[in-house]
Amino acid sequence: MKTVLNDKPWLWWILGGVFVAFAAVLPLLNLSIPGVLPGATYTPGTLQVLALALLFSSLALSYHLLFGTAGLLSFGHALYFAIGAYGLGIVLDRTDLTLVPAMGLVLAIAIVAAYLIGSLSLRVAGISFAMVTLAFAQAGNVLVRRNPSITGGEEGLRLQTEHVPDFLVGVLNTRNLYWVALALLVVVFVIVTVFESSRAGHVAAAVRENELRVRVLGLRPFVVKLVAFVIASALAALVGMVHLLLQSGAAPRSTSADFTLTLLVIVVLGGVGSRWGAIVGALVYTLLDQRLTALASSEWIESLPAVLRIPLSEPLFILGTLFILVVLFLPGGIAGAVRRIGPSRSSVPARDRIEEAE
Amino acid sequence: MSTVVLLLITGLGLGALYFLVASGLSLIYGLMGVLNFAHGSFLTLGAFMGWEVARRLGQDSWWGLAASLVVGAAVGAIVAAATELLLIRRLYERHIEQVLVTVGLSLATVALFEGIWGTDPIYVDGPAWLGQTTELLGAKVPNDRFMLIIAAVLVLLAIVLFLRHTRYGLIIRAGVENRAMVTALGIDVRRAFTVVFAIGGAAAGLGGVLASHYFGYVSPHLGGSLLIFAFIVTVIGGLGSLSGAAIASVIVAVLQQFANFYLGGTGDLVVVLLLAVVLLVRPTGLLGAKA
Repeated sequence: MKTVLNDKPWLWWILGGVFVAFAAVLPLLNLSIPGVLPGATYTPGTLQVLALALLFSSLALSYHLLFGTAGLLSFGHALYFAIGAYGLGIVLDRTDLTLVPAMGLVLAIAIVAAYLIGSLSLRVAGISFAMVTLAFAQAGNVLVRRNPSITGGEEGLRLQTEHVPDFLVGVLNTRNLYWVALALLVVVFVIVTVFESSRAGHVAAAVRENELRVRVLGLRPFVVKLVAFVIASALAALVGMVHLLLQSGAAPRSTSADFTLTLLVIVVLGGVGSRWGAIVGALVYTLLDQRLTALASSEWIESLPAVLRIPLSEPLFILGTLFILVVLFLPGGIAGAVRRIGPSRSSVPARDRIEEAE
Repeated sequence: MSTVVLLLITGLGLGALYFLVASGLSLIYGLMGVLNFAHGSFLTLGAFMGWEVARRLGQDSWWGLAASLVVGAAVGAIVAAATELLLIRRLYERHIEQVLVTVGLSLATVALFEGIWGTDPIYVDGPAWLGQTTELLGAKVPNDRFMLIIAAVLVLLAIVLFLRHTRYGLIIRAGVENRAMVTALGIDVRRAFTVVFAIGGAAAGLGGVLASHYFGYVSPHLGGSLLIFAFIVTVIGGLGSLSGAAIASVIVAVLQQFANFYLGGTGDLVVVLLLAVVLLVRPTGLLGAKA
């Protein structure tokens, strides 16, 4: 199975296509997986959770482009998601633009912001870069919380629906939003894949491994890193916009450093450097988060003694502990574990090739 | 004039808090290359444990305050040393993974604190004197500011004396300079790692108790909000530089206070702007040697 997939990379694309097709018809089916999904797949509640999981997959992919491909450990990725969510919310609220031009405008704003902040932050590397991006995201967080008249402050921003097409509004249309989220995931996946296999993508991966060698070769790491940063930020802004439509609003939590840390957890959980790892990580994380929150308020937990009840009723405590265990004992996350079960990816074909050469 | 004095001393008090967090961050980063995201949790835990002790001994007594400060620092030191021994050490030389573990720890511990002490802030009282003001150059300065400044100066002096005059201090200073060389000379740097974590944790735990008096409350998010400014302070001061952290703490906090008062509450933004300017002019920070 494993070697077949290695020999024929297009099989991955077929598998991906089957996954997308299956995901696309889910709203028309009556499937229920007790314990994993809150209800049957055609119900708006379940579709809402699934759409959220798809959006997190897209967001995790955009973060994978930064961290997994270009090796840029950013703690401020939430800022661009928030620019998308809050930007679209404010533009729809304050102007007469309809949805699509408004999204175009916000995307342009996000790209300009990412370009400016990226060219400043990329002057430093490594941990300093992480802290600088964190500082800028924090500035965004402060701006959102300090201007309640525009952003709704701690209450969050509510979506004004008058300029939004009717088929994207209301609980009954959740499945349309689900399809939008799925389409966005496909678009983001294709963009990330195209970037990774482009010249710029190869240089970005080379910069991650050894920046000095890239410089010696006469290439300019700064430009490539900036391109990766801007693309990842623009994709995050797009996800933020769809998130606003899905949740009918934006919450100040999405601007916080914790939100970026969540993305980092997802990418590491799925396996750093793996595209489908990021997607699987996001699906697992979102469903786990939803289920653990439901578990926290269950009677079974309530009846436990305090020593067990308090930790188990905090989903983030369980997720954080799980994350630590993955980092300590499962390097490469879910993707790495799957790869290790099968015959190792590089060694078998390489050995075959050596034998052929002899 | 009196406003300027008040802002200056309040800024110094806040700077003292930043320094107590940033000093540990900077030492740990300088020696081990680890950015410790769990540092805020050490602070929060120190604050909560200090409050629990003070509550039992009587919050308005000086004994209660002294005991809470000692307990806060001790808890911070023990938890930090345990973190280093149990989690960080296993990932020796893998800096990104070490950062990730501290990220996981900070997420998990904040959630745990919320579970134990609730999400709402708990209001903290101290001896009556702390709540009063002292007149200084026409300004009525709250007394807790003086306690913060004195504590931070004492911690700075203690760390400097420790680094200058003890064997471990020597190893730590040499390790910050060139760790490979120290290891090559046959000295076990790993014990110094634990010591540095314990010192940083003690400073953070002490800072937690002091922060609870400065802000008047304890909450599970106390550490996280201070940590972000401590990060900014460490970058502006230069990663790994203790004196850089001290100078940057004062600059950042005083600037923040003045901007909040004269520029309509823009203190946080001005600090981020300052960070941007420092990075443009001097990417290694004020006293940083290497990027």
